[in-house]
Amino acid sequence: MSGAVVLLRRVGSVVNAGVARLGFAARFFLLLLRYSGQSLLRVHLTMREIYFSGVLSLLIIIVSGLFVGMVLGLQGYETLQRFGSGDALGVLVALSLTRELGPVVAGLLFASRAGSAVTAEIGLMKTTEQLKAMDMMAVNPLARVVAPRFWGGVVSMPLLAAIFSAMGVFGGWLIGVVFIGVDEGAFWSQMQAAVDFREDIVNGVIKSFVFGVAVALIAVFEGYDCEPTAEGVSRAITRTVVSSALAILALDFVLTSFMFRGVS
Amino acid sequence: MSRSALDLWVGFFVVLGMAALLFLALRVGNLASANLSEAYTVKARFDNIGGLKVRAPVKSAGVVVGRVADISFDTQSYRAEVVLTIATRYAFPRDTSASILTSGLLGEQYVGLDPGADVDMLKPNDVLQITQSAVVLEKLIGQFLFDKASAPAN
Repeated sequence: MSGAVVLLRRVGSVVNAGVARLGFAARFFLLLLRYSGQSLLRVHLTMREIYFSGVLSLLIIIVSGLFVGMVLGLQGYETLQRFGSGDALGVLVALSLTRELGPVVAGLLFASRAGSAVTAEIGLMKTTEQLKAMDMMAVNPLARVVAPRFWGGVVSMPLLAAIFSAMGVFGGWLIGVVFIGVDEGAFWSQMQAAVDFREDIVNGVIKSFVFGVAVALIAVFEGYDCEPTAEGVSRAITRTVVSSALAILALDFVLTSFMFRGVS
Repeated sequence: MSRSALDLWVGFFVVLGMAALLFLALRVGNLASANLSEAYTVKARFDNIGGLKVRAPVKSAGVVVGRVADISFDTQSYRAEVVLTIATRYAFPRDTSASILTSGLLGEQYVGLDPGADVDMLKPNDVLQITQSAVVLEKLIGQFLFDKASAPAN
């Protein structure tokens, strides 16, 4: 009897803690939006964060995009050629990149490259009581530290996803046209006939924007909410990467089921 | 890092991202060719549309002149009603016939327009009178087997 009560109590406390944390995250997000105006007035703070999360992620995004595109080119040609439609390689590469792989893989890379760095930075600031010191000096840490990092991530993510997709198409072209010898005209013309600007490319950009908001919010929240110890910071970084990845995949499913329902 | 170097890098990054988007829109996508801003719609009723889908091309002499805008079932005549959007610069005679064709053996289905000889041109929201349904492979095979079976053995 008492064992069951203890178990129930534990389940209850876990759920309560989760709900409270979710509520805290939601209020944090609203406050963040409220103080964003202040921080966007001093635009160089956001510029600096775009540099750290966007420009410094360029290398990994470009290299990964290129390799993902090249692998798609090899594997796609292998399979398509069995059905005698190797010419459709361009369609396969472009559609998979613009619709899914571009936003999702770029989002995952962005979460582990830039999101974890943001969490570590804010967490360490909290641990060394820099955030508290700012508060004492009447500088709002949400406006000075958190908001620029959030907006830096939101601005960088769609651009990185677009660069990823473009590099992937280039990689597919490199393998398909240059190495395997798919006809170049068929590669581009079939791609252009199949990829729709609004249905595929704009939807991909919307996806990457949503992922950017999700990853940036998770990263700054985990940093701001972390336990102010060395162990707490390391746990917060782990949580950022894990929950960003889960959020991206779950949001991707939801967005895809809204966007591509009934579109052939 | 100095402020101007930072601005330079961020500017470079944003321009690169915009260039990638532009590349996707113009080279990968069909923004450059999808110029259906000025178009008129006509309707056509078919007995069977097969696997025709919304956004399938409308072609005449192999040239894409429009898109399928909408497909619905007409409960008055029990036929499929297909709305075609055709670019304004392509005018067709009123007795143009529409047929549902397949590109290649396994390709996508599209609507083919064969211009007639009428002197009047189609006006917006006209209904195409002469239509030809999609070829349903199963029916063809069934008919073929039926003909074989009923043919007198010799």
